[in-house]
Amino acid sequence: MCLAIPAEVTKLLPDEMAIVSIDGVSKEISVALIENLAVGDYVIIHVGYALTRIDPEEARRTLELLRELSLEGQGVAP
Amino acid sequence: MKYADEFRDKEIALGLAKTIRAETDPGRPYRFMEFCGGHTHAISRYGLEDMLPDNVRMIHGPGCPVCVLPAGRIDMAIRLAERSEIILCVYGDLMRVPGSQGASLLKAKARGADIRMVYSTIDAIRIAEDNPEREIVFFAIGFETTTPPTAVMIRLAEKKQLSNFSVFCNHVLTPPAMQNILESPDIRNIGRVEIDGFVGPAHVSTIIGTAPYEFFAEEFGKPVVISGFEPLDMMQAILMLVRQVNENRHEVENQYSRAVTRDGNLRAKEEVSDIFELRDQFEWRGLGPVPYSGLKLKRAYARYDAEVRFGMNELCVDDNPACECGAILRGVKKPVDCKLFGTVCTPETPMGSCMVSSEGACAAHWTYGRFRDHQQRRAS
Repeated sequence: MCLAIPAEVTKLLPDEMAIVSIDGVSKEISVALIENLAVGDYVIIHVGYALTRIDPEEARRTLELLRELSLEGQGVAP
Repeated sequence: MKYADEFRDKEIALGLAKTIRAETDPGRPYRFMEFCGGHTHAISRYGLEDMLPDNVRMIHGPGCPVCVLPAGRIDMAIRLAERSEIILCVYGDLMRVPGSQGASLLKAKARGADIRMVYSTIDAIRIAEDNPEREIVFFAIGFETTTPPTAVMIRLAEKKQLSNFSVFCNHVLTPPAMQNILESPDIRNIGRVEIDGFVGPAHVSTIIGTAPYEFFAEEFGKPVVISGFEPLDMMQAILMLVRQVNENRHEVENQYSRAVTRDGNLRAKEEVSDIFELRDQFEWRGLGPVPYSGLKLKRAYARYDAEVRFGMNELCVDDNPACECGAILRGVKKPVDCKLFGTVCTPETPMGSCMVSSEGACAAHWTYGRFRDHQQRRAS
């Protein structure tokens, strides 16, 4: 139920709908819960709805931090 | 970036495991409850418990909406579906959840009830439009994640002036359940579980934000770290919890900052508050009645409330007495502590709700964890 997946918005449709691509597989979803969505945005999809937009900058920062934390345990200065 | 594979890197995970091991105090236990079934599934699927030190224990919580739905509500849905004028639309994972005396929606469908699995509430609206001579009821369940789609659906039904559409509402809230686990007198007969911190839900928090957990962390003195569902997200969240425990802090921290903000999704929250209001209490499988933990439709939307529209009576039925789902949902027992686990209760023939959804603790352990049990037995 709660599993949700990241997907890229490839086309905006009327009536608060959109087409998203998940690894090349297209799906029609509702974007009624998100404002100002643009083609190219990544969203989290759950039961056919986009719940939230993914912030690419925050994702990059998290990955950077993960690499640093991973090196800390190995006694390597990041 | 695809926002999935990058967060599943094995080398980084192994490094994080070493960091966690280096920072834990071997002289004390670290008991963290992952509230959400998605996290339970990820822990089993990626073998995260094998990467943690022995004194760091993950306790599975009640955050699987299919698992916490009481058998009585399933029986109520079956009674609805058996009415010839009704088409019952359900999310697929509800089909095999046990009601009383082995009943399920799947068996009701086999007997001829018109029950249709839908992926989205939009599908239910389309079914209502295509079948104007029938009554369409959507069986709505889930936490704060699935409630906004139900709200959007009701708004859409109103906009389209659908007179043959209603909702059997079973939506529940996360923070009251977390509070209940820590303080409810109803659970003393099964026992309490000691918890040092919570891994907070990922997608629930995209909607409600991190703010609702702040009172909880302060009031109960327990750290909460909101975590994504990928393995690296979870390892980082566990490290953040370890650090909070070591430093005697109890704050709300957000590991999943790429999708979660402090205030959450304002538009989704508005949709929900327009249409729903709190129930005085709602029964949870495994927790009993939890005050102010469930939602119902506001009076202004009573025409879309299936319980009002069809005069549904509340049914309360006891779970199979041999089933330990109640204790497992609260982390007091593990799946293997249940004598039904893996014998009469498997994903093919679930006796309890925790074996139905892939996010249930028993189903996750059956699919991934029992091989670990076997290896541990061989090693000892």
